Amino acid sequence: MSVANRPVHRPLSPHLQIYKPQLTSTLSILHRATGIALSVGALYLATWVIYAAASPKAYALFQSFNMSIAGRIVLGGWLFCAFYHLCNGIRHLFWDAGYGFELKDAYRSGWIVVAVSLIATVVSWVVGLRLV
Amino acid sequence: MAEFALPANSKIGVGETYKAAAGTKNIKTFKVYRWTPDDGKNPSVDTYEVDMDTCGPMVLDALIKIKNEIDSSLTFRRSCREGVCGSCAMNIDGTNTLACTKFISEMKGDIKIYPLPHMPVVRDLVPDLNVPYAQLASIEPWMKSSTQPPTRERLQSPEERAKLDGLWECILCFCCTTSCPSYWWSGERYLGPAVLLQAYRWIADSRDDAIGERLDQLEDPFRLYRCHTIMNCTKTCPKGLNPAKAIAEIKKMMVERTI
Repeated sequence: MSVANRPVHRPLSPHLQIYKPQLTSTLSILHRATGIALSVGALYLATWVIYAAASPKAYALFQSFNMSIAGRIVLGGWLFCAFYHLCNGIRHLFWDAGYGFELKDAYRSGWIVVAVSLIATVVSWVVGLRLV
Repeated sequence: MAEFALPANSKIGVGETYKAAAGTKNIKTFKVYRWTPDDGKNPSVDTYEVDMDTCGPMVLDALIKIKNEIDSSLTFRRSCREGVCGSCAMNIDGTNTLACTKFISEMKGDIKIYPLPHMPVVRDLVPDLNVPYAQLASIEPWMKSSTQPPTRERLQSPEERAKLDGLWECILCFCCTTSCPSYWWSGERYLGPAVLLQAYRWIADSRDDAIGERLDQLEDPFRLYRCHTIMNCTKTCPKGLNPAKAIAEIKKMMVERTI
């Protein structure tokens, strides 16, 4: 077979490796990541309830983990995931209705979602700890 | 399943460096993806130092200067050099755009140039676009009318014509399609933003009578609904069009016809 007719195993051009992170794609993958985190976090909350149902001693054990640094990171992270997924979900509903597709609107709504979910996380964290 | 890493034959090595002549004052460095089917080697990135005092303002000017004066083996597509043909679409400084309408002065530091992302490479900056072209053909991008051709043009009201603005201007450079992560992971089955914008261009045309047929063809978990409104397409379009909005309009029509 001549060189010209030999089948060529073409390389794949680089993608994730070279594409500059965009606000559009970053918030999109964050929506999916927070969705996955919420599913895993639901198991954590279910475990919490199981410990509460088991015995006061078991509940106290779980609660001591919750109040540790690692526990606070898990709960705080889950809280942010919940708010981000909620807010960005509302953003998706607007898109599904056909609104907010101009680039500047998509950027504005994106930053609003980030700001609102951060503020809501901090506020509910502070209020939550006051109530404990 | 999405493959996030590059296959073994696509991993990128370090290539040659071509220094500017001694005494050159105004140097800009271009790092360009290279691959040839001839030597069996992996792709690499070559470094070219270009004298900006004797170079035009656009990235395409620099590529042509490199090809003419430094390395004649550098391969890329170009034609109109004014943003209407779509040939010189490539990934410049991390996003997809046309080399002919991208100012070198807009970018700081070394300028990295790759072919359109997640495509088979024919050579250097030339991607194989056969799949997107076949996908374009699959949506039958021509007018389908159920009436006899009139003796003169088919007339549209100014309002009907206005619906095609932002759609007809697409030059099919596939910057948007190859910026879409969803297309990267499902490109054989998802049509991608450029082709879906074309589909909507005919759906939105008052002279076309095949709306139902066109929507039937798109009603598929992959062809249309792999769009997750990421909006990299709209962000990167060098013509300032909005494929994400066009896709959303198709999705809305899908819902509206069932209620």
